[in-house]
Amino acid sequence: MSQLDTRNQDKFVSTETIDGEIATLNLGPTHPATHGVFQNVMKVDGERIISSEPTIGYIHRAFEKLAERRPYNQITPITDRLNYCSSPINNMGWHMTVEKLAGIEVPKKVDYMRVIIMELARIADHLVCNSVIGVDTGALTGFTYVFQEREKIYEMYEEVCGARLTTNIGRIGGFEREFSPVFMVKLKKFLKEFPAKFQEFDNLLTRNRIFMDRVIKAGPISAEKAMSYGFTGPNLRAAGVDYDVRVMNPYSSYGDFDFIIPVGQDGDTYDRFIVRQEEIRQSLGIIRQALDGMPEGKHYADVPSFYLPPKEEVFRSMEALIYHFKIIMGETPIPAGEVYHAVEGANGELGYYLISDGGRTPYRLHFRRPCFIYYQAYPEMVKGAMLSDAILTMSSMNVIAGELDA
Amino acid sequence: MVKMVDAPQGIEGQGFFATSLGKVIGMARANSLWPLPFATSCCGIEFMATMGSNYDLARFGSERLSFSPRQADLLMVMGTIAKKMGPVLKQVYDQMAEPKWVIAVGACASSGGIFDTYSVLQGIDRIIPVDVYVPGCPPRPEQIIEGVMKIQDLARNESLRRRNSDEYKKMLESYNIETQ
Amino acid sequence: MTAVNNESVLQMLKEEFTEAVMQSDTQYGMLSVEIPADRNTEIVGWLKSHSLINMGFLTDVCAVHYPEQKGRALVVVYHLHSWTKNFRMRIKCFLPAEKPEIATMTGLYNSANWMERETFDFYGVQFIGHPNLKRILNMDEMDYHPLLKQYALEDETRDDKVDSFFGR
Repeated sequence: MSQLDTRNQDKFVSTETIDGEIATLNLGPTHPATHGVFQNVMKVDGERIISSEPTIGYIHRAFEKLAERRPYNQITPITDRLNYCSSPINNMGWHMTVEKLAGIEVPKKVDYMRVIIMELARIADHLVCNSVIGVDTGALTGFTYVFQEREKIYEMYEEVCGARLTTNIGRIGGFEREFSPVFMVKLKKFLKEFPAKFQEFDNLLTRNRIFMDRVIKAGPISAEKAMSYGFTGPNLRAAGVDYDVRVMNPYSSYGDFDFIIPVGQDGDTYDRFIVRQEEIRQSLGIIRQALDGMPEGKHYADVPSFYLPPKEEVFRSMEALIYHFKIIMGETPIPAGEVYHAVEGANGELGYYLISDGGRTPYRLHFRRPCFIYYQAYPEMVKGAMLSDAILTMSSMNVIAGELDA
Repeated sequence: MVKMVDAPQGIEGQGFFATSLGKVIGMARANSLWPLPFATSCCGIEFMATMGSNYDLARFGSERLSFSPRQADLLMVMGTIAKKMGPVLKQVYDQMAEPKWVIAVGACASSGGIFDTYSVLQGIDRIIPVDVYVPGCPPRPEQIIEGVMKIQDLARNESLRRRNSDEYKKMLESYNIETQ
Repeated sequence: MTAVNNESVLQMLKEEFTEAVMQSDTQYGMLSVEIPADRNTEIVGWLKSHSLINMGFLTDVCAVHYPEQKGRALVVVYHLHSWTKNFRMRIKCFLPAEKPEIATMTGLYNSANWMERETFDFYGVQFIGHPNLKRILNMDEMDYHPLLKQYALEDETRDDKVDSFFGR
């Protein structure tokens, strides 16, 4: 018990220093442990952090201004690059926002297909985060095991949309094509073999004495503070609050599936790790349920003014040619109005606030990015902690630079 | 079945092997490039996949990733470089010791990519000299490996006097990089 | 125990604040209420501490620019969410473009800190009482607020890309 007691950060927040000297340490934008470019200027007393001031914006790419220039179907590649470890979730969220604004109802089969792809993306993102927590404690083996599994998920994305990482998957109104038989074979093989490989990774870290001593009580946060700082997603659930957008405001037929929301206690790094591990297992369960219960139907909604007609008809019929031309040129009949839609991204509530004036491009598109909002609590979480715990806290919060800066 | 690097051409005899110094040094440099992964965004995740066990970059001699510029040979810039990040990139490049190579991975590093906006640097070759460009958004790991292989070709065939020549010094001055 | 939905919350707001509830509408299921900019902390604070409505979570703060509307050009939009009653709503405050000042929400919700800095960075909205109002995403030396409609997306000083080839 003694080594865990020294973690008590409240004891060490005092103005007395070890030798009367406070050093300024720059955990700069290029650093092996900051996964992404953000800077922290820390005032340290020996190994204890007294205060820290983050600076972000080193990869600000002006997504919101860029979105005002592009027609609705050309914004999907931009949403890819928000949380690029789980880009399908961003794509699907955007399509659902536009469908909500335009009043498009998609068939249930599209909902189930979307759920399968989104849960695969969630698994991929959590695998990166957990293996990187391992790397930051020095356990590099888990990283190599886990990235091999991510390659299988990449292969499945390639079957559906052709790309590995920044997928631009799906279309407004559904999917561009049915899931191919090769995809189904790969998915079933994944569902059969992944749990055993995942258990190997789990065995390396979860009950490993050294890992536990390292991450328990590192960077804790209480539930009230987390809620006040705008936390959502696994970071909030590790603090003990069971808020999940899939349950609170179900979208894409999530109400049909049976899954539990794992919740932690202290909000420290170990809880965040365990919550993500359990969410991977729950996602596997959801994919199985979606695959077993996949309804019959078309893979797209019947909205010719938004969804490209098949090429054979474009070459033969006049209406299809006109629709094709208008959609490609961006002249889609989006009504004027404003809508806010949120999906449960891998990091929390990813929201899209879209204001349209009836034109080709959005009038205003704002992304409610979970990483940006919960990273502001970082100075408070590491106050009084040791430097190595601060590194672990940062990597366990899963800060993706693309989502931080947008 | 392990593939070894071929020995350079030379005269061989009992207990000695004579070849030109440039060839030996070129072979040593090309097969032990230590990269500095300057990964900023999505291309960085593809780099992590390249370093993983499926597309292993370590077989090309890049086993040890160095995050300190002082100990790295190859600066791999992967991802969008914003104008705020430009001075940081220049400083990292300045800190590297000669000989050094730069590879721009991805469309954003090569030319700004899809982000033709007020805050993104339209290509890192505006601030540092680049040897190899790898296009793609993000490029597949095989493409990144091909880019590293092209750097290996450059390193193998480079003249030993290139870094001290006037032409090289003039090029560095055109980027406002100080030379001794 | 009255239910918490769009009509009942609008009713409760009108009873408490009568003339401050200026305009309201319900689009796509979400109630959107316009209030005067100088009473934002008062009204949102009332919504937060109300025992029934209990808006404990600030989802988002952002701004929109309507250059044609004189005197009401900048809008600060707050999205609120009550977890206990699963109720979301939107609050809008209109500000004139010449003097865009509004009180900060950081006293009520800690998450407003960076979100208001981002709104200041992009639109120039001054949040009075904010502990650290400076630019967050753009460079500190930047002298204009880029997301206002009068500024272009591209860097104006670049000379290598010919606009006519890119359809601009």
